[in-house]
Amino acid sequence: MAKIPLVFKVNGEQQEILVQPYQTLLSALRDELRLTGTKEGCSNGNCGACTVIVNGRTADSCLVLAAEANGAEVTTVEGLSQNGQLHPVQKAFMKYGALQCGFCTPGFLLSAKYLLDSNPNPTEHEIRLAIAGNLCRCTGYDKIVRAIQAVAQAEV
Amino acid sequence: MRLFEFAAPKSLEEAYKILSRADADVRALAGGTDLIDQVHQGRRKPSIVMDIKGIPEMKRLAFDREGLHIGAGASCTDIYNFPPVKKNYISIAESAALVGSVQIQNRAGIGGNICNAAPSADTAPSLIVHNARVVIAGPKGQRVLPIEQFFLGPGQNAMAKDEILLGIVVPPPPASSASHYLRFIPREEMDIAVAGVASMVVIDPKSKVCKTARIALASVAPTPVRAKDAEAVLEGHVINEALIREAGEKAINAAKPITDVRGSIEYRKELVKVLTRRTLTKCLETLGNR
Repeated sequence: MAKIPLVFKVNGEQQEILVQPYQTLLSALRDELRLTGTKEGCSNGNCGACTVIVNGRTADSCLVLAAEANGAEVTTVEGLSQNGQLHPVQKAFMKYGALQCGFCTPGFLLSAKYLLDSNPNPTEHEIRLAIAGNLCRCTGYDKIVRAIQAVAQAEV
Repeated sequence: MRLFEFAAPKSLEEAYKILSRADADVRALAGGTDLIDQVHQGRRKPSIVMDIKGIPEMKRLAFDREGLHIGAGASCTDIYNFPPVKKNYISIAESAALVGSVQIQNRAGIGGNICNAAPSADTAPSLIVHNARVVIAGPKGQRVLPIEQFFLGPGQNAMAKDEILLGIVVPPPPASSASHYLRFIPREEMDIAVAGVASMVVIDPKSKVCKTARIALASVAPTPVRAKDAEAVLEGHVINEALIREAGEKAINAAKPITDVRGSIEYRKELVKVLTRRTLTKCLETLGNR
């Protein structure tokens, strides 16, 4: 099957690659661009480990075809830090110990950023709803919620 | 992943050409959150996956004298954030906000939810109680169907092989009406309905008599169904606690559930009763009639 050209911006950088028509965005990011911060967990939209931001909105990149991202702007966890400075949600996750094995963390960071960008002062319930599409098997979520609250309260 | 070709038409004409290809099994892709998983699992085997989101008509979201127009490619997030939906179609907003996670809602839309035709589709009962019509398009032209006729069985809708959903039209809600959708899941979010109920009532502001009642159920039959016996209990009467209880009992008549991993027949019928009562009560609260 003929590969198709994909021209899109990833973390602010213009990329031109060839992808298979059936290739997912997750695979294009990991296997073609070697951006392995985005993780593959369940591959069916339950775990959120593959969460990225596409045109300003979070998506499970395992359920997006790479070809659908033609012309899009994509942010992955690698694009969160700016000028060598970690993003506030990254700092908060470190400070509050909001991770153990770390596999789910990139997805949580992007969901947290997406929430806080549109709702800088979320309630605990809003935070828990916003991260319902991200599964963590280590932390029990409490520290993740505290970390996101800390960013909202500018404690990091 | 199984192999398929990818197409991204920019106009309906282009899409119709692709749909007319006799050699191809074309599947339209909107949010993709059902389709990509189904292809991955081998449950669907399209030879062409056609992304419809580049077709301007498919992203339409508008509210005018005809009512609410929801393009087949509009996402749940687009839909429930659209002010006329929040204001005039509460149950539609509520059900769109229950589909999957934030990530899913950012991609998946109501168009895909109904095309996928799962008996548990959260948005279907809300569209039914609001008398929605679906606009189906293909190389032979367009046709309009009442939403109730769109669902044929689990995973089966009324569209022919060369047709695609263009969008959904929901008439303006009657004056002095309210609608709500509730579903039951064993956790707080991110699950598939064990049972779901949407209710819509029109109440005469002076006499408080219920002029119209519409109740529809999800996840308790091969397709979403209307609970007409329950509606009949309410219409022409001033709704009180006793009538709400009776409507709950009668709603069970329309439920033909199965026992599966999510719940038993008996449990689902009980849920239909309780959710019918709760949605009706919420409708009256919204109208200030309680």
